[in-house]
Amino acid sequence: MAGGIKKFVVGSFDDEKVLFPAVKNVRKAGYKIHDVYTPFPVHGLDHAMGIRETSLHTAGFIFGITGTTTALAGIGWIFTRDWPLNFGGKPHFDLPAWIPITFELTVLFSAVGMVLTFCYLCNLAPFIKKHHFHPRATDDLFVMAIECTDKTNDAEVQAFLQNAGAQEVNVQEVETGWWIGTYDRTQKLYKEEKGY
Amino acid sequence: MSLLKYESQQREPLIDGNKDYHQVTEDIIRPIEMKPSRLWYIGFFISVSLLLFGVYSVYREVTYGIGQWNLNKTIGWGWDITNFVWWVGIGHAGTLISAILLLFRQGWRTGVNRAAEAMTIFAVMCAGQFPIWHMGRVWMAFFVLPYPNTRGPLWVNFNSPLLWDVFAVGTYFTVSLLFWYSGLIPDLATVRDRAKTKFRKFFYGVTAFGWTGSTKHWQRHESLSLVLAGLATPLVLSVHTIVSFDFATSVVPGWHTTIFPPYFVAGAIFSGFAMVQTLMIVVRKVLNLQDYITMGHIDAMNKVIVLTGSIVGCAYLTELFIAWYGQNPYEWYAFKENRANLFTPYGWSYWLMMFCNVVSPQLFWSRKLRRNITVTFFMSIIVNIGMWFERFVIIVSSVYRDFLPSAWSTYYSPSIWEVGFYLGTFGLFFTCFFIFAKYFPVIAVAEIKAVLKTSGENYKAKMTEMEKADSEKFYIDEVLHAHH
Repeated sequence: MAGGIKKFVVGSFDDEKVLFPAVKNVRKAGYKIHDVYTPFPVHGLDHAMGIRETSLHTAGFIFGITGTTTALAGIGWIFTRDWPLNFGGKPHFDLPAWIPITFELTVLFSAVGMVLTFCYLCNLAPFIKKHHFHPRATDDLFVMAIECTDKTNDAEVQAFLQNAGAQEVNVQEVETGWWIGTYDRTQKLYKEEKGY
Repeated sequence: MSLLKYESQQREPLIDGNKDYHQVTEDIIRPIEMKPSRLWYIGFFISVSLLLFGVYSVYREVTYGIGQWNLNKTIGWGWDITNFVWWVGIGHAGTLISAILLLFRQGWRTGVNRAAEAMTIFAVMCAGQFPIWHMGRVWMAFFVLPYPNTRGPLWVNFNSPLLWDVFAVGTYFTVSLLFWYSGLIPDLATVRDRAKTKFRKFFYGVTAFGWTGSTKHWQRHESLSLVLAGLATPLVLSVHTIVSFDFATSVVPGWHTTIFPPYFVAGAIFSGFAMVQTLMIVVRKVLNLQDYITMGHIDAMNKVIVLTGSIVGCAYLTELFIAWYGQNPYEWYAFKENRANLFTPYGWSYWLMMFCNVVSPQLFWSRKLRRNITVTFFMSIIVNIGMWFERFVIIVSSVYRDFLPSAWSTYYSPSIWEVGFYLGTFGLFFTCFFIFAKYFPVIAVAEIKAVLKTSGENYKAKMTEMEKADSEKFYIDEVLHAHH
């Protein structure tokens, strides 16, 4: 993937109230929002940008039932086949006594699995370096990066962002690769929706 | 455009002062970028000294054996397991605040959740020491894990509450750590992006995992937090339930009761909140965070303390009543003589527990006392002393008189190395906490920013003005100029 250079028009907003109509107008005008970087989770922004719902919780469920199955199958096999000890004549398949461990393993698998999946999907790991469009995106600015194609007139996009209320606008050239993220692929096309 | 969630103007602001997003970053991150104060060094030095004393005590115990402790023939679980249960209990507040209060949509949790979660992790680390070193031959500790081995097909006993404990505490520690750290990543990125020194650039660059604040990442982060909270909620209830099974599934009078799981969980939340109060009162003062951990926060936590303290009080009275009502002579003897009779060897500890846990928190029915820092601080310490004695009463007063009077043991009091081990875990806890308070954001910066515009004092004032103007306009337009 690496090698190519991509051009981005980057606009920084200092208020989410200004950001929302800007996102809407940019998408309406047909520009492609690469991503918006925010210092905290802005509710509804994913929806406004047309990003689809995450299915991370489904992964969590699958990891969870894997834990349940592992615990029941493991203990069941050990206590009925591999090492059937006699505890005062009680049944070998002693399901009620296994509930605590089964529950704990369900939670453990689900939590560990989800966090690892989250890190994998978001490319998060120690020593990872990514491209940051603006250092204050983790402090107090909402930073919108618009991807330019050959046909895009970046002066026009800059003017557009300034009109939309951006405090700072500039053009950045970045080497393409995983470090700039690839979330534009999941974006749906703009359509008029209520509430935004 | 109604982007902001509306919050009632009747509610006290969660963030005091005139703040904007940048000011929040400044206030919370500045202590990390400054040199530690002299008080920090003194506190850190004391903690490390205690830790070293603990290490030496454990060294004695491992080298010369469990005989270094004053345990005797009927008291096999003295201070050691008392301390284990006490620390695990303290470790319950963090997850309660971050998970259960998240699901209950309690806005005030944002000010205290980060530090409370850190406290949970350190408390569980301390708790884990006790059963591990109690094994005596600690180099065999890995035998508690079920793994295919060459000792014939020899497995751990999955029907034993002690093994359930291994899984419960292990899972609890892992999940708490993941929950805490995944919340910390965006805030570490905030520290990274304003770092000036080489050390900070490197350290926070590594620990922030390359976080950018991308909308898609935030969306996944929110989903992750919500599911982890959903998982941690039954987990936190299960951990102390399982710890209580260590006692409740036995046939020892005083332990063999079905009330233990809810009673232990309520007690755990009670002591955990007390410890959060102790720490937060100091932290907000030393790091100058009174705008974020307000009197409202302290008040809310004191309400939890009076609620859980009263639940614990109900449980004490219930088990006393049932011991009498159940007509089991051994059970009733354990309660009537070993505990409630002030003139038996451990009667004093029962009444000390009653006073600290049941009587004293009732002061918090008064709003004025709930909002008094000094009272809250002393109360938090009294509660933790009381909760330590609860576990001591349950363990020692139940086992020091066996079924056979000939086996009734002599008075048990701990040796210096038992006490040293306990002090050592305080050292471990506070060493970790001092490092955390110096190098990590003690308040969840991003979460505070997310509620700033609904719960910040300046924004609430603005909202009140707008509402007032609105209602005046409504009065003029609709009432005065109405056409009937």
